[in-house]
Formats: sequence, C-alpha cells, structure tokens
Amino acid sequence: MAVIPLRPAADWELANIISDAAARAVPLEIYGAGTKRGVGRPVQAGAEVSLKGMLGTMLYEPNELVMSVRTGTTVAEVEALLAQRGQMLPFEPIDLGPLLGRDAGQGTIGAAFATNLSGARRVYSGAARDHLLGVRAVTGHGEMIKSGGRVMKNVTGYDVARGIAGSWGTLAIITEATFKVVPRAEATATMVVFGLPDEIGIEVLCKVMGTPYEITGAMHIHQGPASRLWQSQVRGGGKSATVMRLEAPEKSIAYRVDRIRQLLKAYGELTVVDTAGSLAFWQEIRMLTVFHGSKNPLWRISTSPRLGHAVVSAIARYMAVEAVYDWSGGLIWLEVPASADAGATDIRRVIALHGGHATLIRADANVRNAVEVFHPLDPGVERLSRRLKATFDPAGIFNPGRMYATM
Amino acid sequence: MTHIVLPEPDRATIARRDEIVAGLAAAIGADRVIADIDGRRAYETDALTAYRRMPLAVVLPRSTEEVASVLRFCSRQGVKVIPRGAGTSLAGGALPAEDAVVVCITKLNRVLEIDYESRFARVETGITNLAISAAVAERGFFYAPDPSSQLACTLAGNIGMNSGGAHCLKYGVTTNNILGVKMVLMDGEIIELGGGHLDASGYDLMALIVGSEGQFGIVTEATVRILRSAEGARPMLMGFSSAEAAGGVVAAIISAGIIPVAIEYMDKPAIHVCEAFSKAGYPMDVEALLIIEVEGSETEIADLLARIVAIAQPFKPQSMKVSQSAAESARIWKGRKSAFGAIGRISEYYCMDGTIPLGRLPEVLARITEICAQQHLRVANIFHAGDGNLHPLILYDANDPEQSSKAEIAGAEILKLCVEVGGCLTGEHGVGIEKRDLMRVQFTDKDLALQMSIKTVFDPQWLLNPAKVFPLDGRPPVAAAA
Repeated sequence: MAVIPLRPAADWELANIISDAAARAVPLEIYGAGTKRGVGRPVQAGAEVSLKGMLGTMLYEPNELVMSVRTGTTVAEVEALLAQRGQMLPFEPIDLGPLLGRDAGQGTIGAAFATNLSGARRVYSGAARDHLLGVRAVTGHGEMIKSGGRVMKNVTGYDVARGIAGSWGTLAIITEATFKVVPRAEATATMVVFGLPDEIGIEVLCKVMGTPYEITGAMHIHQGPASRLWQSQVRGGGKSATVMRLEAPEKSIAYRVDRIRQLLKAYGELTVVDTAGSLAFWQEIRMLTVFHGSKNPLWRISTSPRLGHAVVSAIARYMAVEAVYDWSGGLIWLEVPASADAGATDIRRVIALHGGHATLIRADANVRNAVEVFHPLDPGVERLSRRLKATFDPAGIFNPGRMYATM
Repeated sequence: MTHIVLPEPDRATIARRDEIVAGLAAAIGADRVIADIDGRRAYETDALTAYRRMPLAVVLPRSTEEVASVLRFCSRQGVKVIPRGAGTSLAGGALPAEDAVVVCITKLNRVLEIDYESRFARVETGITNLAISAAVAERGFFYAPDPSSQLACTLAGNIGMNSGGAHCLKYGVTTNNILGVKMVLMDGEIIELGGGHLDASGYDLMALIVGSEGQFGIVTEATVRILRSAEGARPMLMGFSSAEAAGGVVAAIISAGIIPVAIEYMDKPAIHVCEAFSKAGYPMDVEALLIIEVEGSETEIADLLARIVAIAQPFKPQSMKVSQSAAESARIWKGRKSAFGAIGRISEYYCMDGTIPLGRLPEVLARITEICAQQHLRVANIFHAGDGNLHPLILYDANDPEQSSKAEIAGAEILKLCVEVGGCLTGEHGVGIEKRDLMRVQFTDKDLALQMSIKTVFDPQWLLNPAKVFPLDGRPPVAAAA
C-alpha cells in the first residue's frame, strides 16, 4: 500500500510533526525528492515526511557570492537561478536519480548538503559541506535551531551546520541552507589521454594536480565504462580515458593547455575536447551515466588519491571490477558482480590496509539490509557518534538504521 | 579592561596543587612539568593581555601518548585543562585558570609525512602555521590559511579557532583545509578521523572539532591539504575618497566573475599608521585603500589587473598603483600584515573581529565611528573585504581604567551592530572569554543549549577550557559543577 508522505511547508509544521512523532516514538523516514532513498540501509518507518514543499529562495546576493534557499528547492532550480547571474554551485553535486531508477534533475538542495555528495570539482574547490555557511534545521526534539549565517567567515560557536551536513537526515533536518556560490568560468576545456593503464593514469592526474594550472576535474575511466560514455570525444574507442578539466578565462586556457601538453609529452597524445563537448561530458559524469542500465552493486570508495590504483587492483584480486576514478584517484566508483554481500567483506579488508572508506551506493534492498552500507566506524568514533545522535535525536526517530543498523 | 567575569577557582583543587603536580610528573616525567612560579608566569595570559590568571601547573608533552596520560590523570582527578598552542589568541581562548592545568603542545612540532602526489602533509599540531608552508615550499607547495600571526601561531590553535587569514576568499579557512585529525579526549582515549582521503566517513565530527576552541579534546596530529602555489601573484593598491566607492568596487569585481586571491581594505587612520611603520607606499590622502592581489602567469596577472582597473574606473579611484617588483609586493603585504603591530606602537588597542555582509560596509563604518566617538575613542578599521571580516581596532590608554572600560563598551556595541546587519560576532578570532557574554546576541537559548550538549558529548565532565565560549549562566548542571 502506498504511503502518503506528510508534506510540511513551514519550519513549525515540520517541528510539530517531529515533536508529535518523538512523543509517540514513531520513526520517520524523511527525504527531499527521494532520489537517494535507495542509498543506505532500508528504513523501517511509521510515517514518511517529504520536504519537497519547503520551497523558495530567501536570499541571493551575487556580489557577495551567497545564497539562502529552502530545503526542498531542486538543485536544478538553484543552478538555473545562479546561471542567470553567471554563477554556479562550487561543488558540482552529483545526481544519483537516474542511477537508482528515478528521473534526472529532481534532487533537492537540502539533500545535496545532507548527503554531502560532491562531484568532480570537489578535488579543486572542496565538498558541499565546505561551502555550507549556515542552516536552519529541526532537531529530533522538534526544536527549530539555526547555526552559522550568511557571511563567509564565522567562528561564532561550534560549526553545527557542517556537523549536520553528511548525516543523511539522521541528526537534524535542514529546512534552509545558506551557502557560498562561485562565478562560472568563462571557458571550459577538457584534455584527454587515451589508453593509459590505471597506475599511469593516476600518476598523470597527480602530476597535473600538483601544477599551478588549477585543474578542476581529474578522472581516469576504465575502458569498459569509457566505451559506454555518451560523449563521443571522450568515449575512447575501446581505450581507457584519463581526463582533466580546465575552467578559466579563454586566454588562460590556451596557455595552460599548452603547458600541460608539454608536461605530459612522455605519456602520449593530449586530445582537447571543445567547450560544448566538455560541458556535455561533465554533465554526464554528474549522473554517472556509464553505470546506468546495470543492476550490479556500485561502491563509492574514498582513499588517498595516490593509492586509488592500489586499492582497485587489490580488490580486483577477489572479483571482477569496473572502475571510474575521480578526484585524482581519491574517489573510486567501483562496479562489482552481484553477490550475497556485494563484495563488502573483501572490499573493506582492502580498505583497512590502505586507509579510507567505502559506501555501497547501489544494491538490492535485501543486500543493503544484510551488509553495512556505510563504512563501519572505529570503536572510539562510534561511541562519540552514538552520543551525538542521542543528543540531536534522543527518541531515535530520524531515518533509523539508515546509516548504521542500531543508530 | 577587566569586565569579564571569570569563575571562582575551586579552592579544594588549588589546595591539592602539590599532589597534582606530583601526579603529572609521575604520568609523563618531571622534566615535562612546570610548577615554579616564574615558569608558570610565562603562561598566565595569551594575546588578550588584559586578563591574567596563574595556572595550577603547565605541562609540555612530547607525544600524543603523553597528552593522553595527562588528560587521563586530570580527568580522574577532576582537574580542569586549558589547551594551549603559542598563546596568540586575541579572544582569551588560552587564558588559564588558577585551578587548571595548561597543556601546551608546542613541543609536538614535527612534520610526519608529506605526500605531494596526494597533496597532503601530516604534522604534529604544535608546528607553527608558517612552518607547514616552509616544509613544502621547496616543491612549490603551501598551506593555505594565513592568519596574521602565522609566524608564531600553531596549527593546534588554528584548528581550535578555525582560523582564517587574508587569502581565504579563494582558499577557504582552516576547516576547509584539514583532512584528518588525531585527537585525545578528556578521558585519555585517542581517536583518529579522516586522513589522506578527501571526505571522512560517518558523521562530520571533524567539522565540529575545528573551531571548538579546545573544548572537545586536544588535537595532536593533523593531515592538512597542501596546494601548489600559483606561478606568480601581484598586489595592486587603489585609493578612494569614500567607503562607498571602495565597497562598490569590491562588489563590482566579484560580480564580474573575478575572485582575487585577496581583497584587503584599510581606512584612513589604519593607512597612516601602517605607512609610517612599513613605508609600503600607501597613498596618504585617501579615505579608503584596497589591496587587491591576483594570481597566475605573467600574462594572466596583467590581464586580470587590467580588467580590475577597468571595473574600478566608474568609482573614480583617487590613486592606483600596481606593484612593480617582488620587493614592492612584499612591502605592501608587510604593511597590511603588521597593521596590528604598527597600531600597537602608537597606542593600546582592542581588536574586534566581526563579520558583516559587504553591502553594509559604508553604513557599518559610519556607525563604528559614531560608537567610538560617543566613548571619545579613536578607531582604525581593517577589513578582509572579500569575505566581510571586519577588524576595528579601538585605540585606548591602558593606564586609564575609564578608557579601558569605554573600549570594552564600544567593542560590544560594534559586535552587536555586526549581528544586527546580518553578520556575526567573530569571523576568525573565536569567542574565548572575550565574546562569551555576547553569544545571546547571536543565538537563542535553544541554539546555545544544543551547542553545549555537543560539548557534553565530547567532554562529559566539562573539564576542557570550560570558562570559554558560553555565558556562565544557563549552562548544564555538569558544567556548573565543574
């Protein structure tokens, strides 16, 4: 039977719903548009709350690079508004909708911060949480709180806003987010070296990230996924693609491409994709199109950039893998064959040796029920996390079990 | 300037001083413990020098394990702990208490690992801010946050206060540049968060720890992001006849899509003092001066500066000068970075640290002048214009108790004004004791209660730096008992 979600529009309405649920100990599944509901352990809730009704732009000061938006506003709407003034979101949020069987462009801004899922530009300009300046939110006590503000620099009190970011709606529910925006670059160019093995591809990425040329995207794509790219100039014709992005004034781009070509001479020919092709490619990456169509488990692994290849080759000893490396090797999207635990045991054993963490982004609900979707925490950190959760949400009603089975 | 109330020290703890000192010596060795009065006096204040308290004892641990031993001991004894780096806090963040042990981590200052490919450095947090950049400079890298005190201040202090600097418009503040921490909790447990990877897993505890003013634990190691330096950088000076014109130029530059690496603003009194001190070549006949720095190759710099000059024209700059040499650039920055020192040569000053929306700058400056005039005090203003962080320096005579108290009154009025126009009490210095009692201007009791409950998560006994950040009334019972 389809559940009709509650749809508060104002903070006080949400606060009332939460107070009531807390008093009756009714667990709530709370989401924005629900495009990422397939991530995490399935939530057993007594009611659903959709934040899609919390809409509107409260503040936009292009001269001060700051915007405040109600949580249910879509990322697409925010980006369209910013584009009118030649600006954009610095962290290029990814759109998991189509990957998880939903439509593209539906994800909300609140969820972008609540999940802290940043895209390719993160390697240059920081994650979603880095650009979050303040929030209004409702805690599990049903209390409306605010943290941070609208100014760039603010160390007044603890950074509760960032503390809530990335908690997947399990600590407090963001009702309004205030964040930093940046100017859109005059021009974009994408440079590709085809056919490099992983190890060398990542060597190339780390090398260019260590130059002063401000690379804003650094990816290495296995030949399998590369061959499924829509964008023909990067598709690679059966070869892997090592991809680098420049975003700068037109004149600077010509100069920087030239310098990078010199630097990478020994690695092979550098193909430069034009602006239209570039924009299409990076848009495609935001939706992870190369993994659409499959139902196999998909992992998101975070490790030191230099170790990206070592992690993947170690996992590849246990199972067949297809990898897309982002963030200069530091973020790995890894598709593995379906199995009872989606490869969790082996993958986490490898991570334990190299450092980092792995999150299972796509898998059947029964698999997500059986394995730890989010990376297990060290005992000391788990104790703190548990106490933090109890402070924000003492009744344990916010998306219970979504991140960790008993939290 | 001694209006801020500090809690009465616990007499029973003070009476046990010898026993506590012996316990500390047993925990990490007598050579790590400073118990004599002259030795302790060096730690009785920080850069908010109007307040002084003689600590019970000072310890100088040399490893994370030694920090853990000290905290475990103090936790069991119920003794308060004041974490301290270089003691450069302008907000009294490292001010000791008579019943507390100062844990100073400046001996923990090694670089542990540098990974240029993954672009991080792992360091002990007693290292100075500038020493991190120095350690990676040979390969053309740097650590981005650059508070004015960077020669002396420690990374530990930067983490405690989430320090900024002049270049954070482009590169962010401390919280944006920390990838991992090793921290000792008050009960002696050592936890590790993050590391060489870009996003940590689980709840973003690091976001809470950075800026927690030493109230959650003692961070002994950190993994910091290092960046490759730009090919070149060049500042230019632009003088204007009004704050409106200078503020308008900043807005116009940003709205044209240019993010200079720094935009610094000085008003006339600040210009005069700094020029007298540093001979930077600042124009003396203008009301407002902007130092605008851009980065890139020679051609890129020239191109950007030309665009900025064109953008500024409608605002009728009275003077404009692009630095012609590395030496001149250094002088320009020396003038700005030594502003506090230069003003300190002519008068005692009380340095405020509010943040305001850029659009409100002219109005705020006018009201600051009014507020200070009402108290018969002079003020010089320095402003990180790109990010809205305003430093009014209120000049007063420290030997005149009436002036001292007027300076504090004016300071509080200015910070209330910052909040009123949509800004905040402190942009980069922290709350410490200085702004503790103003927190209710910015936060509701519910907001503060939530923050205090987070402190309790990390430090259930409220033993770490307890007299700071939150008003002394309205604290949870455990804090009142501590």
